[in-house]
Amino acid sequence: MSVTTTTARPAAHPPAAPLPRPRRARRLATEEAPWVRYTLITIALLFLLCFLVLPLAAVFAGAFAQGAGLYLESIREPDALAAIRLTLTVVAISVPANLVFGVAAAWAIAKFEFRGKSFLITLIDLPFAISPVIAGLIFVLLFGAQGWLGPWLGEHNIRIIFAVPGIVLATAFVTFPFVARELIPLMQEQGKDEEESALTLGANGWQTFWRVTLPNVKWGLIYGVILCNARAMGEFGAVAVVSGHIRGITTTMPLHVEILYNEYQFAAAFAVASLLTLLAIVTLVVKSVIEWKTDRRRRRAAH
Amino acid sequence: MSIEINGVTKRFGAFLAVDDVSLDIPEGKLTALLGPSGSGKTTLLRIIAGLEQPDSGTIRLGGQDTADVHVSHRGVGFVFQHYALFKHMTVFDNVAFGLTVKPRRERPPKGEIRDRVLELLRLVQLEGMAGRYPSQLSGGQRQRVALARALAVQPKVLLLDEPFGALDAKVRAELRRWLRRLHDELHVTSVFVTHDQEEALEVADQVVVMNKGRIEQAASPQQVWDKPANPFVYNFLGSVNLFRGRVHGGQAMVENVRLCLPEMKSDAESRPVVAFVRPYDLDVSRKPFAPDDIAAQVRFIHSAGALIRIDLQRSDTGDAVEAQLDRDRFRELALSVGDTVYLHPRNMQVFVEDYQI
Repeated sequence: MSVTTTTARPAAHPPAAPLPRPRRARRLATEEAPWVRYTLITIALLFLLCFLVLPLAAVFAGAFAQGAGLYLESIREPDALAAIRLTLTVVAISVPANLVFGVAAAWAIAKFEFRGKSFLITLIDLPFAISPVIAGLIFVLLFGAQGWLGPWLGEHNIRIIFAVPGIVLATAFVTFPFVARELIPLMQEQGKDEEESALTLGANGWQTFWRVTLPNVKWGLIYGVILCNARAMGEFGAVAVVSGHIRGITTTMPLHVEILYNEYQFAAAFAVASLLTLLAIVTLVVKSVIEWKTDRRRRRAAH
Repeated sequence: MSIEINGVTKRFGAFLAVDDVSLDIPEGKLTALLGPSGSGKTTLLRIIAGLEQPDSGTIRLGGQDTADVHVSHRGVGFVFQHYALFKHMTVFDNVAFGLTVKPRRERPPKGEIRDRVLELLRLVQLEGMAGRYPSQLSGGQRQRVALARALAVQPKVLLLDEPFGALDAKVRAELRRWLRRLHDELHVTSVFVTHDQEEALEVADQVVVMNKGRIEQAASPQQVWDKPANPFVYNFLGSVNLFRGRVHGGQAMVENVRLCLPEMKSDAESRPVVAFVRPYDLDVSRKPFAPDDIAAQVRFIHSAGALIRIDLQRSDTGDAVEAQLDRDRFRELALSVGDTVYLHPRNMQVFVEDYQI
C-alpha cells in the first residue's frame, strides 16, 4: 500500500457559475448554417437532374416513343445483333489484354527500380492525353493501305483497318491506361515489405505474386477492369476512324447508333442507345457496390 | 549459424550506406546493430538477408558464401519494423505461410503444419488468436505474429529490423525482455537493428555501434559502456558533458583538473584533448569543493523521474552542462532556479584525437 504525504483538502472554491445558455440550437463548430447547406444541396440536385437524369430518361423515352414492338424489332434486327456481337467480341479481347498488361506494368513500376521508369509512366498516360480520333488515325497511318505496313499486309492478305482487328487495336489503345492507372498508386502505397517478407519465408516470385501481391490489390483491380470495360463498350472516336462503317460487319454499338440516327430512324437509334445506357448503369451499380465494400473493409482494418 | 561479413560496401547513388564493413557475428548470440538513422545498420541487415546486393564484399553464413544464394534459400528469418504481415490472411495463415509455400516434396502434411503453427502461437503467447486478421491485433501482438511467422521455417539466422520501433515505451520494454528470454530458449543466431542505446545495452550479448556506414565499436554491452572506443560511441550511448583541455608531457589539464596520463609521457608536444563527463559523474555542491571547481547557474530542474536532471550554465564560458542527482542529494541541496553551484567531475573519459585513455 502506498501512502502519500499530502492530504487532499475539500474543495474551497464555490462551484463555477454556469455558462450562459446559447440562444439558438447548438451547432458543431465545423458546420455551415442550415440555409447554406440546403442551398448548395439544391443547386447540386438541380444540376444533376438537368444534366444527368433528364437525358437518361430521354434516352428511354425516345426508345419507347413508338411502342415496345418497334423497340424489340430494332434490337432484334440482324445489323443490330451484329453490332452487339462485335462490341462484345471487342470487349472480350481488349479488356483481358489490358488487364494483363495493366497488372504487369503496375507491378514493374511499383515494386522495381529501373531506368526509364518515369518515361513508362508517361507512356501509360498517352492514350488519355491523345484525342481518340487521333488514336484511330495512328492505326490508319500504320496499317492502312497507304500506311507504313500497308503494302506488306496487302501482300499477305491481312486486313486490319476497316476490319475487326483494327477495331480491337483501337479500343485496346484507348482503354489501355485504366487498369494500370488504378493499380499503380495502390501498389506504391502498399510498398514492398509484404513481398519481401514472403521472399524471406521461402516463396518464389510466382507464389509471392499470386498469394501476396494480387490479393492485396484485388478490389482496385476489379474497379479498374470495370472502368476499362465501360470505356471499351462505349468507345466511338477511335473506332469510327478505323471501322469504315461496313454495316453488319464493322459497326460496333455506338457506331450503329450513329448510323441509325443519321438515317432519321430515331426510335431505333434510341433503342440501341438504351442498351448501351443500361450496360453503363449496371457498370455503375457494380462499381458502387465495390466501392462500398472496399470502404467497409478499410474502415474495419482501421479499427 | 555464424555470420561473417567481409569488406561489405553498398552505395545508393552518391550515398555511401555501408562503407567497407567487416564483422563476425558469433553463433547462437544476440547481436545489436546500434546507430543513429542513416548509419547503415538497416542496409547491413538487409544485405545479410539478401534483400539488398552489396556492391563489394562477401557474406558467409555458417562458413558458406551466399553471393549466389537467393533470399528464399538463405534460411534467414526477417522481422520488419512495420511487421509486414499479410493483411488478407488470418494469423494462422500468416504463420503457416512459410510452410505452405515449400515445394511439394518438402512440405509437411496439413496436420503437421497445423500443430507447428499452434505451437508457435503458444510460444509467442497468442493462443486463441489464430482466426483473427492482423488489423484486429495491437502493435505488440502483430510484432509477435511476425516473429512466429519468421520462426515457422526454422531459420538458421533471425534478423530483426527495429523490431520494437513502432511500439509505445511500455510495450517496448516488456517485449524486448521477452525477446531476450525467447532467445535464451531457442539459441538461434539473432541480429537486431535499433537506434535505442538502452534497448541494445539491455538485450544484446554483443553491441555493434555504427556511424556513417562504418563500425565504431563491436563489444559486449559492459565494455561499450565502460570503455567506449571513441568520442562518437561515448556520445551516442547517453547524454554527456564535454570539456576541453590540453595534454602535455604525460599530464592533461581539463578545466583546471590535473590528470595523470602516463601513456602520454613520451609525447613532448602539447595537444588538445576532449573530456566527457556523464551527468551522474558530476558532483554538485553549494560551496566550492576545491579551488578549481566550475561555477555554474541552475537554469532548469526536471524533477520527474527517479533521478533529478538539472540544466546548468557555466558562469565562465556560458556553455550548457547537465547534471543528475538522486532525490536525497537534491533535497539536501535544496536547489532552485537561479542558484549558483559548483561542479566537480568525479570521473571523466579523455580522448586525444585518435588516442584513448
